[in-house]
Amino acid sequence: MSALADTRNAPVLQAAGLQKRFGSVVAASDMSLEVGHGERVSLIGSNGAGKTTFVNMITGYIRPDAGSIALDGRAITGMTPRAITHLGVARSFQIPQLCAGLTVLDNMLVATACHGRSLSFLRPAHRADAIERAEALLKRFGLAAQSGRRVSELPGGVRKLLDIAMALTEQPRLLLLDEPTSGVSVEEKFPMMDTVMQALEEEAMTVLFVEHDMDIVERYASRVVAFYSGRIIADAAPADALANEEVRRYVTGTLR
Amino acid sequence: MQATSATLDKPALATRHGAGRPRTLLAGLVLIALLIGAGALLPKWLTFLLTMAASHGLVSLGIVVLMRCGVVSFGQGMVFALGGYTAALLFNRLGMTDALGMALAGGLVAALAALLVARLIAGYRGIFFAMLTLALSMVLYGVLVKTDAVGGSDGFNMGRATLLGQALPDASVGYLLYAVTIGLSGVLALAARVYFDSTRGLVSLAVRENELRVEYLGGSVRQAVAANFVIAAFLGGVGGALTVMSLGHIDPNFSYWTSSGEFVFVAILAGYHSVLAVFIASTLLEIVRSFSSLYFPNTWQLALGIFLLLAIRFLPGGIGSLWAGGKIKTSNGGRP
Repeated sequence: MSALADTRNAPVLQAAGLQKRFGSVVAASDMSLEVGHGERVSLIGSNGAGKTTFVNMITGYIRPDAGSIALDGRAITGMTPRAITHLGVARSFQIPQLCAGLTVLDNMLVATACHGRSLSFLRPAHRADAIERAEALLKRFGLAAQSGRRVSELPGGVRKLLDIAMALTEQPRLLLLDEPTSGVSVEEKFPMMDTVMQALEEEAMTVLFVEHDMDIVERYASRVVAFYSGRIIADAAPADALANEEVRRYVTGTLR
Repeated sequence: MQATSATLDKPALATRHGAGRPRTLLAGLVLIALLIGAGALLPKWLTFLLTMAASHGLVSLGIVVLMRCGVVSFGQGMVFALGGYTAALLFNRLGMTDALGMALAGGLVAALAALLVARLIAGYRGIFFAMLTLALSMVLYGVLVKTDAVGGSDGFNMGRATLLGQALPDASVGYLLYAVTIGLSGVLALAARVYFDSTRGLVSLAVRENELRVEYLGGSVRQAVAANFVIAAFLGGVGGALTVMSLGHIDPNFSYWTSSGEFVFVAILAGYHSVLAVFIASTLLEIVRSFSSLYFPNTWQLALGIFLLLAIRFLPGGIGSLWAGGKIKTSNGGRP
């Protein structure tokens, strides 16, 4: 088999034996996870279980004390967020990280410019091709009508969508969504996730999303990884994971 | 002025599809030509005042470049002095007399000096960035005061520059230096506008807004701040060289903290939205300085302070926000 085929079959993400302590608190204890191409993996767990620590280690925000992380077989442990982003990992944030004083379109153009290929002291940011690409993505997320509005004027759900749309500008290999529906109203949650998942499906993208709402998890995840006290306690299909005794006891609270 | 300024300072969104750029550049060139032409008709005191406003405005434009990525330098006097001393020393020691050559050399030396410390400085933000730049400018001031080879605290004089190999005649030297200063400042101002509207310019604004997001999009915050620091130094250096050519004298006060303070004053008064506003603010400062010195010689700083208080109270986004701040407005209301 050729080297190219080996790469294609290899997991997109491989995390092995990740450990992280903050003082006396063990935030991650021997976390290992492999994620294949096109999977939609939901990371669940109560607050402080280690989900965000895991995401932060993958994206380079914090460095693990021990263990290794590989993207498409290439070691990325300890790399900076910027370097990891350039290798094809993108993320959205629990609290959307946007440029609040700029317009929606300008935020998208910033995302395009940051990837480096178009970064120039002379090349106009508002070029027809860049605007066209940005507006196409905005349209896919139902944000086309908001294009000229300043981000500070937008409601929470729209900000969440924009945060995710920005992460998708350069078609990453792996997308991490940190609580994409938190702070979004009950009426908006499912339409928003429908929009996001449809866009991701078109790109055949691999997704890890941190989520507290089990209805969202059941509907959109192809696999569930449950965290408790810095450990992974379950890793299975949604129905099996949510039926797991430890998950019911420590995560969903349906077993007392 | 309204129509021209609106053309020169269109906010980013309005320059969609790049259609605004040729129009902006053309309007800028026309304005430069008009100013140079009008200079021949102006009284000498006014051409000198506008020469100072334009050359000092370049230094403040450098601060605006920094403000656009969220930092303010309190030490631009350093690059102002480096540019000025470079021009004067080239003239006196190496016999280089061409005004344009000396101005560009002043900018290059200042930019090279900034390049040496850019990486270190780009790691600081807020008051630490401001104080570090102030400290560097005061170190240079101290060195210049104690260095007799460059005139110590008295500084030294330089002779009359030439232009493209031609000597500047007595009757028109003031006007020709005005024309050189307006021409060079104008071209650099247009270059700054092109930069502000570029992809790097937009990323700079994003750095000001949200550094974390820029890093997670693959952009380098440190590189953006360092690049702006070097660009600001180049502008400051050219400004210093142009100033010293018109004054015919340089001393360590170019690097003193009060000089830096005046450049910051102009940058705050202008805001970071508009290039043109920087030169308008600089002209206003020169006018206030001239008339206050004339009528209130010992208290002109008081007039300056009141002027700034009023500007901050009624125009927190600066003069430029009057025509260019509508679309780009930061989450902190446009304050620096």
